[in-house]
Amino acid sequence: MVTLILRSFGKMKGVMACEHDLNLKATELRLGLPGTDESEKHLVSNAKNNKRALPESVQDSGSNANSEAKQEIAPASKAQIVGWPPVRSYRKNNLQMKKTEAETGIYVKVSMDGAPYLRKIDLKVYNKYPQLLKALEIMFKLTIGDYSEREGYKGSEYAPAYEDKDGDLMLVGDVPWDMFISSCKRLRIIKGSEARDLGCGM
Amino acid sequence: MQVVWLSSSLALRDLQAFILHSCSMQMDPKLKKTKDSSSNSANSPDSTHSSFPFPDEVLERVLSLLHSHKDRSSVSLVCKDWYNAERWTRTKLFIGNCYSVSPEIVARRFPRIKSVTLKGKPRFSDFNLVPQYWGADVHSWLVMFAKVYPFLEELRLKRMTLSDESLKFLATSFPGFKALSLLSCDGFSTDGLKAIATHCKNLTELDIQENGIDDFGGGWLSSFSENCSSLEVLNFASLSSDVSFDALEKLVRRCKSLRILKVNKSISLDQLQQLLVHAPQLIELGTGSFQQELTPWQYEDLETAFSNCKNLQALSGLWEATSLHLPVLYAACASLTFLNLSYAALQSGELAKLVAHSPNLRRLWVLDTVGDKGLEAVGSSCPLLEELRVFPADPYELDLHHGVTEAGFLAVSHGCRKLHYVLYFCRQMTNAAVATIVLNCPDFTHFRLCIMNPGEPDYLTNEPMDEAFGAVVKTCTNLRRLAVSGLLTDLTFKYIGKYAKNLETLSVAFAGSSDRGMQCVLQGCPKLRKLEIRDSPFGNAALLSGVEKYETMRSLWMSACNVTMSACRLLAKDMPRLNVEVMRDEGSDDRQADKVYVYRSVAGPRRDAPPFVLSL
Repeated sequence: MVTLILRSFGKMKGVMACEHDLNLKATELRLGLPGTDESEKHLVSNAKNNKRALPESVQDSGSNANSEAKQEIAPASKAQIVGWPPVRSYRKNNLQMKKTEAETGIYVKVSMDGAPYLRKIDLKVYNKYPQLLKALEIMFKLTIGDYSEREGYKGSEYAPAYEDKDGDLMLVGDVPWDMFISSCKRLRIIKGSEARDLGCGM
Repeated sequence: MQVVWLSSSLALRDLQAFILHSCSMQMDPKLKKTKDSSSNSANSPDSTHSSFPFPDEVLERVLSLLHSHKDRSSVSLVCKDWYNAERWTRTKLFIGNCYSVSPEIVARRFPRIKSVTLKGKPRFSDFNLVPQYWGADVHSWLVMFAKVYPFLEELRLKRMTLSDESLKFLATSFPGFKALSLLSCDGFSTDGLKAIATHCKNLTELDIQENGIDDFGGGWLSSFSENCSSLEVLNFASLSSDVSFDALEKLVRRCKSLRILKVNKSISLDQLQQLLVHAPQLIELGTGSFQQELTPWQYEDLETAFSNCKNLQALSGLWEATSLHLPVLYAACASLTFLNLSYAALQSGELAKLVAHSPNLRRLWVLDTVGDKGLEAVGSSCPLLEELRVFPADPYELDLHHGVTEAGFLAVSHGCRKLHYVLYFCRQMTNAAVATIVLNCPDFTHFRLCIMNPGEPDYLTNEPMDEAFGAVVKTCTNLRRLAVSGLLTDLTFKYIGKYAKNLETLSVAFAGSSDRGMQCVLQGCPKLRKLEIRDSPFGNAALLSGVEKYETMRSLWMSACNVTMSACRLLAKDMPRLNVEVMRDEGSDDRQADKVYVYRSVAGPRRDAPPFVLSL
């Protein structure tokens, strides 16, 4: 991917390699004229030739130099082009990104008694309980009963439970969805007599 | 008899009288009247000699009803009488390129200006393609305005540079000054705003948006006098530092006519509630930070405050909004026509719930964190939607699992048949999807599609995206603005030249195969006004093929293309009424014209060009 970008575009005078984590360079305002950035100079000399926008079909004479540049840049994950994508500086600098939540999802382990290994699901993918329960049913090939506040999950020998922030084992479904996904650390599918206990032994 | 197309509606009686006498008018240049700035037309001894039986007052009366500057331009070309009547009745000045004309020329022509809109730098300066200190400084304009238009009331600047000194000068030179709007400007600080707040006693509008401003603190807001109660518009959403909430609250309380209030992030939710209690008449609201631990009472108060805003049409801000607090908005959503969520990283479910309460939405701006699912909800909940903008939450992220795809766009087009404006940032698109989208929504006037990876083909067929944009221009006959992206050959531009007969603005990046592409556009689009191109293989032949076209356009921008200095010099030599400016990148070949900016001008070459701008 990095090579494609490097090769495809002509005057990459302001191309900068971005830092791996903080992306400080990404939010740094760079103007059209190149600065004294070392890596920039490197890319400048290599990328001059080709102006075509076709990423795949590039065969240019500077291929050796390009692959050198590629080696330099690849570890830093991506090279950036000045002013692209065309998002105004103000907007770029002011996006209040909740990076961890918005991008990486909320993955929790799901264990089921008797199963040889655990699974993981992303709670962010679902908007409400029925969707989550359906997904669990499909994943583990079982039926979870219907939820009622009075009796927990009736109608099958399985009940979904979760470990919350305090380490307590809770029945899934009692609290609002948003509160659930922020406090759920781990899911457990309880089976058999334990399920019945969990349902009505409260 | 000249035909003049007017787009605004005149009072019927005036128009009838006017047409009747225009038909009998003989346009004899010897009988034309000329006016100087001191004479009153009614007392002019020449009035009986005019072939036009009515004095200028009638003509002026009719023309004063014209507001569109395009209509006024047409009218002024009819004959000398009309030119004069028009210049005397124009009160609003619109200058789309500050270098196309000079302050002196403007002052000579228009004696009675009350409102000025000035635009400066080329649009690509928004994306750091124009170096600092390029120009577009407003000061020389202000000096002229102070001399010729002492009763100036409104100033609206876009992409201009202005210093604190200029703001102080503005604040102290025009006693009747009412409205200041600054969009994407730079060069000033909050000290300049302080001067405005202090000296402009009749201020009705202070609208500061997305500027490169030095923020020295929020003290400027406290500089509004305690007598100031005239504010109708206050927008300081893009400033970062804290303002005195006490000063703000008192200001909002005094200004009973306040209809637009957009605060910045420093204002908390409970502070917002207090402001809303004083201003339930608001039509547009920009909230502050939307995240705070609220007690149940505070939550309820906030909910009540929102539900009491019965006239709310537009909502923005909402920084850090989460599903916990969004429900307070539901009551206010019913009347909303514009929802700007582009600074709130909402997920699909959160957006779905919000739009479910907002059936009257006409315009929606979101971040791509809402995903295709969020857009599906928009499609089902907002049948009246006319404009959609989807911004990328993380523009540099290459991972395809984030953001929106063609599916989201399709979903919106299915449910929102009135869609005519779209700005869509995505990482994948197909020709088939775009073809379906424009079939669903053939009324597009603005189609701006940004496939974020440059040169990206149709991800299903691996073909260029030519057919997508071909479908857009063939189907959307009212298309005025187009931005293309993805892997594109000359075919896209052949389509544009052939079909996009109403196109006024075209933005091109990383596209095309040869000069032919740009030539097709220059030859085929009669209404083209702005053409901006970057990183595309268009060279001298393409540039020079537009020699006769550029005077009919506002401007042309070409950067990182294949244009050389010699072609630019040739263009400059052949067309004296065009300004051809070149900026060279450091270390590049002397023959290359890295950045070319061509624009028509009656003012000649710039006199304030910095050393790195070569005026040819």
